[in-house]
Amino acid sequence: MGFLKNIFSLFRRRADVQQLPTGTVTVDRHGHIVTSTVSSAYPNSLLQTIGRDVLELFREARGAEMPLAEVSLHFGSLRITARELRGGAIIFLFPQTALLPTPTIPRL
Amino acid sequence: MDKRQKILILDDDADWLTLCRELLSDLPSAPEILTANNAKRALALIETEPVRLLICDLKMPRIDGLQMLAIVRRRFPELRTVVLSGLEDEEYRSRSYALGVDLFWLKTEMQRNSKLFSECLESLLGRQSEPGFRGIQSKSLMDIIQMECLSRSSTVLRITRGPLIAKLWIQDGELIDAEAEGARGEAAFQRIVAWKSGTFENLPAEPDRERTIQKPVNALLLESAQSLDEATNPVEPDSIESASHRKHIRRLSQLTREGADYVLAVPPAGQGEPESIGTQSVDAIARWTRRAEEIARRLGERLGAGPLSYVAGQDLEHQVLVISHGDKSFLVGWPAEASGNLPEKSRKLVASWDS
Repeated sequence: MGFLKNIFSLFRRRADVQQLPTGTVTVDRHGHIVTSTVSSAYPNSLLQTIGRDVLELFREARGAEMPLAEVSLHFGSLRITARELRGGAIIFLFPQTALLPTPTIPRL
Repeated sequence: MDKRQKILILDDDADWLTLCRELLSDLPSAPEILTANNAKRALALIETEPVRLLICDLKMPRIDGLQMLAIVRRRFPELRTVVLSGLEDEEYRSRSYALGVDLFWLKTEMQRNSKLFSECLESLLGRQSEPGFRGIQSKSLMDIIQMECLSRSSTVLRITRGPLIAKLWIQDGELIDAEAEGARGEAAFQRIVAWKSGTFENLPAEPDRERTIQKPVNALLLESAQSLDEATNPVEPDSIESASHRKHIRRLSQLTREGADYVLAVPPAGQGEPESIGTQSVDAIARWTRRAEEIARRLGERLGAGPLSYVAGQDLEHQVLVISHGDKSFLVGWPAEASGNLPEKSRKLVASWDS
């Protein structure tokens, strides 16, 4: 019986569904999170990944003599908009749904 | 089919282009208004669109207005030209008229007297657009020469086509000499009859002119007609260079029509060189384009955010969009003030890149 329980518990394991992040994050020039309004249930490591990747985009753009002040990544279900902040960045995370209009950020 | 006349405005001042576009859109004939902010783009548009009238500023970077007018006169002699300049210098006015412009207006005058300016433009647009020689519209030069010879007249025909001047000497209905573009005799005659438009005037006969042409005029006209026919229906296929030039012009024209500043097509690493139009610093930007797409895709997968649609960026001068199409990544640069659905417009540009 114990053996069967173990077998079935394997099948009952729920799929690992990760909610999309929503909120605002600020990161310093080293990619460390300074402030965040994203739910604490959302993995911090993923927020740090977002911060690091965004900073890399800004850094590489500067290297290409195209110093971007804002960068926006548009995915099927998430929009990430980041503004450069003295080497760091403020990052806005907007999950995209069919029912909600995409929020807009005032132009620079 | 849209039969509206097309007016192309060339000026490096974006605000002025907007102002002119608004003013000229209200002309009674409702012409289609095209704009370009540099001479290269303007030439690309003239090559691909049946532009009837060019309105050109004089003071511009790289190719200035006078250079542009000289190019236009040589390559598109049938195009009507108007200079609209802020330079209140009589020398510029006379140099412009020497280049064969139809009108010269100061920008200040145009703003003060916009109604008169509009009427002048309407008048220029309204003139006959069929090929022919001013004075005898719709007649080719061959017709004019035949008329002179049949009437057994003695005259010198002075033919002007933009900056080019040619002369034909006719004595008692016989063509005795021709001079054009540094050539003389039959060679000059062949060049002259290839001109499709221009102006001509009759000068007093010069009976003492040395005779260099011995063939009867009808034989010469027949030879010319044959060579013109061969020129318009070439047997040889286009060279790779001209095909590449045409592609470049088409892309530049598309870019200008949409209002974008530049497009960069970046193939996957190791599969060819990036191609660009409208920008010089290709390599560094191409590297960033590849990298941006790579980072975005990796991040999207990690977050489970769905497929990457595009990456957008903004600096002080431009808005840029990274879009992938086929196996290539494209970076489309737009002016900072560009509005509308830029992703959609960029996709349109990108889709037409290899068509």
